[in-house]
Amino acid sequence: MSMRALWKGVIRFGEVSVPVKFYSAVEDRNIHFRLLHETDHTPVKQQMVDPRNGKPVPREQIRRGLETDTGEIVMISPEELDSLNPEPSREIEITRFVDQGRINYQWYVRPYFLGPDGIEENYVVLARALEKEKKEGIARWTMRNKSYIGALDAKNGQLKLITLRYSGEVVNEAEIPRKKGRNFEPMELKMAEQLVDALAGDFDPTAYRNEYRRRVMDLINTKALGNVYRFEKAKKRRAKFASLTDTLKQSLDRVRKEKKSA
Amino acid sequence: MPEQEDKELRRRSIWSGTLTFGMVSIPVVLLPGQTSQRVRLRMLSPDGTPLARRYYCPAEDRPVEREEIIRGYEIEKGKFVTITEKELESLQPEKSREIDLRRFVPVEQIDPEFLDRAYFLAPVGDSAKPYRLLTETMEKAGKAGIATFVMRDKEYLVAILAENGLLMAETLRFADEIRSSEVPGIPADRTIDSNRLKAMVKEIRNASADEIELNELKDIYTERLNELAEQKRAAGQDLISSPEREKESGHTGNVIDLMQVLKRNIEKEDSKEPAQSEKEAGDSLDDLNKTELYNNAKQLQISGRSTMTRQELINAIRNA
Repeated sequence: MSMRALWKGVIRFGEVSVPVKFYSAVEDRNIHFRLLHETDHTPVKQQMVDPRNGKPVPREQIRRGLETDTGEIVMISPEELDSLNPEPSREIEITRFVDQGRINYQWYVRPYFLGPDGIEENYVVLARALEKEKKEGIARWTMRNKSYIGALDAKNGQLKLITLRYSGEVVNEAEIPRKKGRNFEPMELKMAEQLVDALAGDFDPTAYRNEYRRRVMDLINTKALGNVYRFEKAKKRRAKFASLTDTLKQSLDRVRKEKKSA
Repeated sequence: MPEQEDKELRRRSIWSGTLTFGMVSIPVVLLPGQTSQRVRLRMLSPDGTPLARRYYCPAEDRPVEREEIIRGYEIEKGKFVTITEKELESLQPEKSREIDLRRFVPVEQIDPEFLDRAYFLAPVGDSAKPYRLLTETMEKAGKAGIATFVMRDKEYLVAILAENGLLMAETLRFADEIRSSEVPGIPADRTIDSNRLKAMVKEIRNASADEIELNELKDIYTERLNELAEQKRAAGQDLISSPEREKESGHTGNVIDLMQVLKRNIEKEDSKEPAQSEKEAGDSLDDLNKTELYNNAKQLQISGRSTMTRQELINAIRNA
């Protein structure tokens, strides 16, 4: 599949400028349904109606407004909305670099792969230097009338830019209560470590499939051919054990046995 | 009081179940790691009345109710396979209250493009000890647990990460949702002039800081929009007092502005006061199917229920 660039910009900080192209890192695999009128299978449209008389309001007459805390509505004109839009720009400003991992995953929204635009040398050098320094950059840019913040990251010579949530949208971990509970024994920690060890491996994302999506596509394909789809479901149960130590021990035994027989 | 705290945690949670590690079961709840603060601009009539969204059939040129609408998958232009809600419901994954950790992987192997949404896992009941044991073990080993689990009728791939004594659940994108990272123009193996690399490292160090600065991560657009709205409100300019639309009945009863419902939910989530709700019994609503939820909403006379999704129904019932 050929990759098409979505946008072009220039990464800038200090004396550095690196022209880059944006490529989407994600592919939408969701199954999209159209909403149809049941009797004639016509795709329905949506319209905005005035609740007082049920009459549709044409698009060009629709106004925008914000509801205030007092329950009132302030109307905002199209001109006022335009005036709030950021200035168009190709700059991707790096406001600072921080140690890799400083930006918690909670902030991540949407990933982009970056490729060089024109001269590749700066791109290659920046990627290498970021990796060497184990740093990531905080970026700010305007893309298609919207301002974004992001994390600039490098791995295996490849630059990535992941858009971030705004600071008001990230829940502070201090709000999550930490419970103490009883102390555990050194032996329990040891067994837990052994169990993690026994279950350790590489991250292989291809080992997992979205089964629901697959079943829905099966259903669609079956019905498209005029056939009857057979619905079925799997079940599973698991046993319960008593104390933490016993459970860890039994878990270890089981995992080890499974490994041997595999 | 721990029971009180658990009750509060369950109320805030969007999923509850057990984290399974070998044969150790750890009862936990999932709490959102993110909140939406986007201001939603309402659509208004020229005189400032909030508009409602409605479906209509262009062939018959008339409005249609939610009950008259079915889903169709377009197999070729203008040709649809219709799928009922019931069919989709029977394809939904088996309800399960378990995140079974059968795989532990080095944290650094999970590339950022896989990360979708973040949740906190908090222990409930008697599970503080095994929770801490697992967290400490994972943190020490630098490992993340990988599992699939079912939440709100959907199956998720999830990475469980331990950080600062807390477990986080990060839902992951499936492999086929990630594009190959081989973007055009990156030379496979290129020797780099060591002076250029040195110069770049120097520039990076010059621009480096120890901490992130939250001020750089503010939503400036929303702030400016709110300021503008506040100025206009204070000056009484373009100000319309909001009619109590919910009280209206009859013909408009089945016309609903989803934004309104969503907004109210967000407000509820944000407010410090616990929601006054009879449905506090934890997550039982998550176990109901859409029809049951609909009937529930009907009893509670929640308006707009016929156009709500399953989750919107749950939220509306919780907040009723």
